[in-house]
Amino acid sequence: MPAVSKGDGMRGLAVFISDIRNCKSKEAEIKRINKELANIRSKFKGDKALDGYSKKKYVCKLLFIFLLGHDIDFGHMEAVNLLSSNKYTEKQIGYLFISVLVNSNSELIRLINNAIKNDLASRNPTFMCLALHCIANVGSREMAEAFASEVPRVLVAGDTMDSVKQSAALCLLRLYKTSPDLVPMGEWTSRVVHLLNDQHMGVVTAAVSLITCLCKKNPDDFKTCVSLAVSRLSRIVSSASTDLQDYTYYFVPAPWLSVKLLRLLQSYPPPEDAAVKGRLVECLETILNKAQEPPKSKKVQHSNAKNAILFEAISLIIHYDSEPNLLVRACNQLGQFLQHRETNLRYLALESMCTLASSEFSHEAVKTHIETVINALKTERDVSVRQRAADLLYAMCDRTNAKQIVSEMLSYLETADYSIREEIVLKVAILAEKYAVDYSWYVDTILNLIRIAGDYVSEEVWYRVIQIVINRDDVQGYAAKTVFEALQAPACHENMVKVGGYILGEFGNLIAGDPRSSPLVQFNLLHSKFHLCSVATRALLLSTYIKFINLFPETKGTIQEVLRSDSQIRNADVELQQRAVEYLKLSSIASTDVLATVLEEMPPFPERESSILAKLKKKKGPGAGSELDEGKKEPGAELNGGIEPTASTTLRCPPQRREPASGRLLRQHLRHAWPGSWHRGQLPQLGSSCFLR
Amino acid sequence: MFITCLKTNQDGASSCKIRFILIQNRAGKTRLAKWYMQFDDDEKQKLIEEVHAVVTVRDAKHTNFVEFRNFKIIYRRYAGLYFCICVDVNDNNLAYLEAIHNFVEVLNEYFHNVCELDLVFNFYKVYTVVDEMFLAGEIRETSQTKVLKQLLMLQSLE
Repeated sequence: MPAVSKGDGMRGLAVFISDIRNCKSKEAEIKRINKELANIRSKFKGDKALDGYSKKKYVCKLLFIFLLGHDIDFGHMEAVNLLSSNKYTEKQIGYLFISVLVNSNSELIRLINNAIKNDLASRNPTFMCLALHCIANVGSREMAEAFASEVPRVLVAGDTMDSVKQSAALCLLRLYKTSPDLVPMGEWTSRVVHLLNDQHMGVVTAAVSLITCLCKKNPDDFKTCVSLAVSRLSRIVSSASTDLQDYTYYFVPAPWLSVKLLRLLQSYPPPEDAAVKGRLVECLETILNKAQEPPKSKKVQHSNAKNAILFEAISLIIHYDSEPNLLVRACNQLGQFLQHRETNLRYLALESMCTLASSEFSHEAVKTHIETVINALKTERDVSVRQRAADLLYAMCDRTNAKQIVSEMLSYLETADYSIREEIVLKVAILAEKYAVDYSWYVDTILNLIRIAGDYVSEEVWYRVIQIVINRDDVQGYAAKTVFEALQAPACHENMVKVGGYILGEFGNLIAGDPRSSPLVQFNLLHSKFHLCSVATRALLLSTYIKFINLFPETKGTIQEVLRSDSQIRNADVELQQRAVEYLKLSSIASTDVLATVLEEMPPFPERESSILAKLKKKKGPGAGSELDEGKKEPGAELNGGIEPTASTTLRCPPQRREPASGRLLRQHLRHAWPGSWHRGQLPQLGSSCFLR
Repeated sequence: MFITCLKTNQDGASSCKIRFILIQNRAGKTRLAKWYMQFDDDEKQKLIEEVHAVVTVRDAKHTNFVEFRNFKIIYRRYAGLYFCICVDVNDNNLAYLEAIHNFVEVLNEYFHNVCELDLVFNFYKVYTVVDEMFLAGEIRETSQTKVLKQLLMLQSLE
């Protein structure tokens, strides 16, 4: 058994813990615990008042039992009693118990708050810290109500000790986060800013965290912090290794404080005052210079601490996005890290470069590393690093390297982790459209996506390729031909059948002249996949079949026979049955003119917002926007609608029962039943099952 | 349920940097769990299990950072113990990695070559060490000298 320190032996606790550890089974453990609980209960209920030491010991035992995973439903009162002891060890256990086992009993809360109040007023720094820590750890609304005005007072009072100030600053931070309405800005605000000049670095550390949080909602109240932060940072960065003794970590002066100061500065734009700005730029240059110097120590702690500052400095440089020299230097430094032997650094460099890629000042510099990044994509063993490489390729993509990047991402997709495939598919689709000069390349890319990762090709992606093919005459023939070839594969993904079905239905005539892709061949090819497909796909194929009847009258007989078969007109699925029946009827009673009008080629789609980018943003979550939007905004979008960031979510039609339609309304459906082009609520009354489904 | 609990505060106030700190052994036993956000006991248990599952499958070829729900975990293994800090995705990975190391060095000094058993038998003291160095989800004190001085002073008190 390890030695317990003098002063608070608590042998009974140590024995109990040993007993528990020696239990051979879960049952034995529970038995031992119950025995102890019974013992403690009786002691608490006993006639004799317990002395402080015993109370402390039993409360500590209860806490231990709780931390093992057992519920404790008593002991709170005794723990609260410990708070009023004047012995530190007893108070500490009392505070610990109530912090861990927070209780919402109002009577207890009142007593706890009372004890805290007394300790805050005690002028004993140890007790004051215990009280402040309790408030910071619990942070309940009741505590905020009780102490939100007291804590700032303690923080800025002249006679408060340093350690108490540290705790008060962070305690105030907690109160502000949970109950900002109870912590109004006041006279104390400017005094808090001045804590940045405190000679106790721990106080400064805590104050910076507090200010960083407060300034987000009250930037004007705290804007004087900028010049103070710059001074402080500058002094640290240029300090000799003999200054800041206590705060030098593996030869790096005050690394955490430096990081925090750099983070605080990211809450504000670049300083307007030229002197301050100059000093800051100098500071950032020094940090970048230091990265090039030979290290003062071989220990990884030294390099991590140094690099922590470096990466935060780079974040600040990126945030300002106004110093081309610094941005390029940052990029070069990161470029070196891309090939570092430490995985952590390669990962962080890839991640950081991603943000650099979207700055116009550093975009070109980032691109120079394309080969290294592609290599990372292929060879990194940690999947999260490969993923950062993929993100970076996406971010650095532009006209000059789009083909190369898309090709690499497609290769990557073949072996990518399933959890990230959908995201890669979306990104490839966006890039292919954004940078397509030659739309047949675009069509090939999307069809490749379907071939490689069909399951992860969401509807937005394949709707989009169809929309583009419809809108661009020059690629329609190519699309028909390519899709026809893709469908020849013995096992092709259902999404391919959907795309193929739709495209052949619209443009099959463009390849019908060649006997290898004659109308009947096309029909047979599609129909061979029919029975393997889901209801939605079959519905789409039925639409294709009626279009074929219009395009290729010679197929009418064959197709009608299919439509007429029991498996269609008596199909259990209402949608399929309805389509089969109606299409059959349409094909028999409509004259060729009417048929041609109803089944006219789909007109070009109007400008619409792309839902692909929206879907990607949704996947990546908040904060991913800037990398995606800024990088992908190009003047003069090539296509109707282009890719614009949009808040609209996936525009799906709610599955509703479709009502019977007359010829006119049927045509309206065929024209407008494009899921992406309707917002909810705008769908025609006649039901909404979209014809692509 | 977890997603709602891990959301940032609605009014946009900057949320907690550190969400929780965990020390777990390879078998999954928790030697310290310090929470900087409100969770139910059930949620805490689930998080503990998930973190354990995520970090124990990683080895030297992996980074010391793992994406975890909409946050990330910075972790390092010391002998049989995993020290994990859960932080926001924007936080500085290396700074927290070294914050862990700093903390471990303090424990090592305070308990004279700390081992897992020290953390078990002195669990209530480990909280004191944590509170000296981290508070309200932020780094509070980084000087090992100052922290140890304070801890020794506290140890001498009755």
